[in-house]
Amino acid sequence: MTAERRVVVTGLGATTPVGGNVPDTWDAILAGRSGARTMPYEWVEQYDLPVKFAATLKTPAEEVLSKVEVRRMDPSAQYALIAAREAWADAGSPEGDPERLAACIGTGIGGVWTLLSQWDNLREKGPRRVFPLAVPMLMPNASSAAVSLEIGARAGAHTPVSACASGLEAMGYAYDMIRNGRADIAVAGGTEGAVHALPIAGFAAMQALSTRNDDPERASRPYDTGRDGFVLGEGAAVVVLEEYEAAKARGAKIYAEVGGVGMSADSHHIAAPEPEGAGASRAMVEAVQRAGLTPKDIVHVNAHATSTPVGDVAESNAIRRAFGDDADGMPVSATKSMTGHLLGAAGALEGVLTILALHHRLAPATINLDDFDPAIKLDVVHGEARKLPAGDIAALNNSFGFGGHNVAVVFTSV
Amino acid sequence: MAQSEQEILEGLAEIVNEETGLDTDSVQSDKSFTDDLDIDSLSMMTIVVNAEEKFGVRIPDDEVKNLKTVGDAVSFISKSQS
Repeated sequence: MTAERRVVVTGLGATTPVGGNVPDTWDAILAGRSGARTMPYEWVEQYDLPVKFAATLKTPAEEVLSKVEVRRMDPSAQYALIAAREAWADAGSPEGDPERLAACIGTGIGGVWTLLSQWDNLREKGPRRVFPLAVPMLMPNASSAAVSLEIGARAGAHTPVSACASGLEAMGYAYDMIRNGRADIAVAGGTEGAVHALPIAGFAAMQALSTRNDDPERASRPYDTGRDGFVLGEGAAVVVLEEYEAAKARGAKIYAEVGGVGMSADSHHIAAPEPEGAGASRAMVEAVQRAGLTPKDIVHVNAHATSTPVGDVAESNAIRRAFGDDADGMPVSATKSMTGHLLGAAGALEGVLTILALHHRLAPATINLDDFDPAIKLDVVHGEARKLPAGDIAALNNSFGFGGHNVAVVFTSV
Repeated sequence: MAQSEQEILEGLAEIVNEETGLDTDSVQSDKSFTDDLDIDSLSMMTIVVNAEEKFGVRIPDDEVKNLKTVGDAVSFISKSQS
């Protein structure tokens, strides 16, 4: 039995509502800028949607990709490709055996723009006008396939689908692939391009979305008593994960190590979180244990914190249940207050922000926290970013999805 | 609304450019869609459907396999228009 393989992060990429790449996104997060804005689409008025804003991409994909790439890929795959290219370049485009290279890109909904626009084509113009690439564009694995094609990944291309936990689950899957020897390098993350009338109408029908139409930038307000639902976001975030010894040998820049991953399922309700947080806390405890750490080692949590009245309290309960009084020493950031909720990309984006928090030793401030909800029993960072301690530190990222999916990942400084 | 073969060639070149990103100048009558322009069957179907709309003609699926070169497509569209 050889020594356990360690997994480190050597590249970061993202296109988000607050920045077209990782440096711009991180600057915006530290500056406390919101990516929520009134939607410019004609269908907002056409269907008289109850929610008229979303956290749309800061830099539209058309400004980054070629015309042909835009035509042949659903927005979800376009965003994944943009983020993957940045991450891959950031890692120095490592050369290696393609059969030891993997792509794992999760998504919550997949190619919903393509599905619905081609349905419109069918109904209005007939079957012959359905785009021949309709099916390979709308399938949820289109993004992991596109990334696999882009970097030549042949160890496997995988697409974890677990609603809003998909992006972090994809990182966990990639971590397992490297740990158990199926791959040496993996490009992993999540993507979502679902700012479309149907998902908005559906989320609105379940009263999951904020309706603060007159003030979009203040609509996403995790832990505030005035929170009234999440703000739908779009984008993608991707990391390059590598086996530690190989990364060190090639002199790669190492941002952090993936210490441990914990996953669980609530088996409670199709959409509502289990209020006591039993499943979520199990995922967190498992992630910390697998990292070989204790709760006292965790100096920062990037919470799932979507800004829904029920969900934020359930996660607070789960963190308390997992860590007891040790949670007092874990400054919590709710970055969805700025980025909105990127669904299947959310966990991946927050993974990137957790990694950057460790790397820069700064926990970002949560914005729009004016009236702290006393039901939340957490030390929430707000006002300004908080410095994290020197030395070996670890941070936890939580991600939960409709269906009762819980994923928690511990990252450590290297 | 019959168009000259030159007009059809230019219109077709725009469709090919839109679909594949190939320069319009590279879309010449003697070029093979597959061997010279590297257009796969899915892209070819998209080009065909877009050409039907642009030129107001019908190109049956059975006919598509006979359209080996850009010139074949131009002549077929031209004949269909007249």
